[in-house]
Amino acid sequence: MTLLNPYFGEFGGMYVPQILMPALFELEKHFIAAQQDLDFQKKIDDLLKNYAGRPTPLTLCRNLTIGTKTRIYLKREDLLHGGAHKTNQVLGQAMLAIRMKKKEIIAETGAGQHGVATAIACSLLNLKCRIYMGIKDIKRQSTNVCRMKLMGAQVIPVTNGSGTLKDACNEALRDWSKNHKTSHYMIGTAAGPHPYPTIVREFQKVIGTETKKQILEKENKLPDSIIACVGGGSNAIGIFSNFIDNHKVSLIGVEPAGRGIETGKHGAPLTHGRTGIYFGMKSYLMQNKEGQIENSWSISAGLDFPSVGPEHAWLKSINRAQYVSINDEEAIFAFQTLCEKEGIIPALESSHALAYALKIMKINSKKEQLLIVNLSGRGDKDINTVNNFLKKEKYNEPI
Amino acid sequence: MNRYKKMFKKLSMLKEGCFVPFVVLGDPTLEISIKIIKILIENGIDALEIGIPFSDPLADGPIIQKSSLRALSNKNTFLEYFDILKSLRTQYKEIPIGILIYANLIYNQGINNFYLQCLSSGIDSVLIADVPIEESKIFYNNANKYKIDSIFICPPDANDDLLKKISLYAKGYIYVLSRLGITGKEDDIFSLSQNFIKRIKKYTSIPLLQGFGISNTEQVKKAITSGLSGIICGSAIIEIIEKNLINQDLMFKKIKAFVKLLKKSTKYNL
Repeated sequence: MTLLNPYFGEFGGMYVPQILMPALFELEKHFIAAQQDLDFQKKIDDLLKNYAGRPTPLTLCRNLTIGTKTRIYLKREDLLHGGAHKTNQVLGQAMLAIRMKKKEIIAETGAGQHGVATAIACSLLNLKCRIYMGIKDIKRQSTNVCRMKLMGAQVIPVTNGSGTLKDACNEALRDWSKNHKTSHYMIGTAAGPHPYPTIVREFQKVIGTETKKQILEKENKLPDSIIACVGGGSNAIGIFSNFIDNHKVSLIGVEPAGRGIETGKHGAPLTHGRTGIYFGMKSYLMQNKEGQIENSWSISAGLDFPSVGPEHAWLKSINRAQYVSINDEEAIFAFQTLCEKEGIIPALESSHALAYALKIMKINSKKEQLLIVNLSGRGDKDINTVNNFLKKEKYNEPI
Repeated sequence: MNRYKKMFKKLSMLKEGCFVPFVVLGDPTLEISIKIIKILIENGIDALEIGIPFSDPLADGPIIQKSSLRALSNKNTFLEYFDILKSLRTQYKEIPIGILIYANLIYNQGINNFYLQCLSSGIDSVLIADVPIEESKIFYNNANKYKIDSIFICPPDANDDLLKKISLYAKGYIYVLSRLGITGKEDDIFSLSQNFIKRIKKYTSIPLLQGFGISNTEQVKKAITSGLSGIICGSAIIEIIEKNLINQDLMFKKIKAFVKLLKKSTKYNL
């Protein structure tokens, strides 16, 4: 019996081999106890403030919106130690692992941001760590692989299947089935079997809590829309969660349309998938008509996942959040625009959210509107990808 | 009396253990897969466990994973799988046939519809690799509606609560795991502790079959003498398929010899 509800409406649950259930029950029990333990909370707050660098700023774009009545603020998770919002929750999970007396961490990573954050937390808190990463992602995110290794993490290449995040997730779960007595599986997003979606949301909630306080201080009102990219959905659920009850604030999740929805090469299960069971949860999935999981695609490795966290599936089902998609080209354009206009290099993931904000701004250029974009990470890791894309565009070569 | 009950009753009278091979349907092709299944049945196995290939089989090790991918590369449909199962049932009326499947494949067809198809194809049991007993209710109720046995997995570290629950719901047999982790063959001789087997038997009299890592006769003998009703062997057979893809005659010959050997070892010392 679980202590918390494992479902969000009809989504969520614990669809794992029986062998993993004790590990999930143990994790849930320790998480609940830790949430009520003031000393644990104090230690996490201290790490977030004095190690990771919270609170992160809420930056008003100065040049991007000139000529319109739109005001766009960026929640600067790119300035967090590690370069992305991932650090928030890995510190929490690493502390939980220590509380459960686990000596080793297993993790998976796509873009490498979660891998880097995991390596950071493990290095700081003296935990051994092994990180599964698809062979394709290892190639396109070599800088992050280097960072992980520098911090002492073992990076294990996954050659099965498509060699991306999906396969790394499967491999990490397999490792955990064998080693859960001594190892904690640090899932990188608000997806997977219960209690992960809840744990990750609670540790990422700090983004939304700070954002609400900061926007009220700066504008004395709540925003019209909050826009965040959605792969698994952790940065989005982190910033959404403190605004869910504020019904006038529109919550917008942006999925990757990749090379175009019509090409099938996308990563947009919420907008173009259907309900299924995969990676331990019931949620929206990219699948063929026989129910086999399809490979996703995005120029941003961090969004390249064929499913999505169950709370997003639920928010969509009750019409509390709206989900849209942005293709590779639009994301690259937003990436370049933010670099040129504001001197900020956004992660390709976050560029999807920014691209949608630019779309809203363009459609309603005369309307007074206040938008917040969650800039979930910095884009130094993506510079080669962007450069290659632009070169190929220029010479009109197939991507 | 259902086929599992009849089979276990017969084996108990003969003082033999039960030998259940596992293969993935469609590996390497549907045609060869059918031949392999017929070889298995005609060489003395007691029941059959058939895997329906899935793209992301996270409970399985590399050998079964590759087997699923080989099968999937043929792009067969569910309809074809069920047609084959139905035809096997027509040819082999007595042998219990179970399928091992992942939840999304059932969910995708509609849970009720899936179990109805199982009934009309003569399937005796369904084991869903990624549905623990805690999530099994809707699948279990539909299975019961069509008189399909639900097979549950019992990990080697199960506590009394789980043992009670499995004993309450299990039908057909209980799939007891040799060890933690995923499927795969092992050469070591391992055995479940007598104490653990006694604990399960305290709650249920349903037959217990041991699976995961079984690849040699010594392991089979050890399982039978430990008080288990038999064993399930998958990866070791599938490895023969994998290693002999270019020489089917040799593949069939080796499977036949291996199956006969393992079945013979279930007759040991009872």
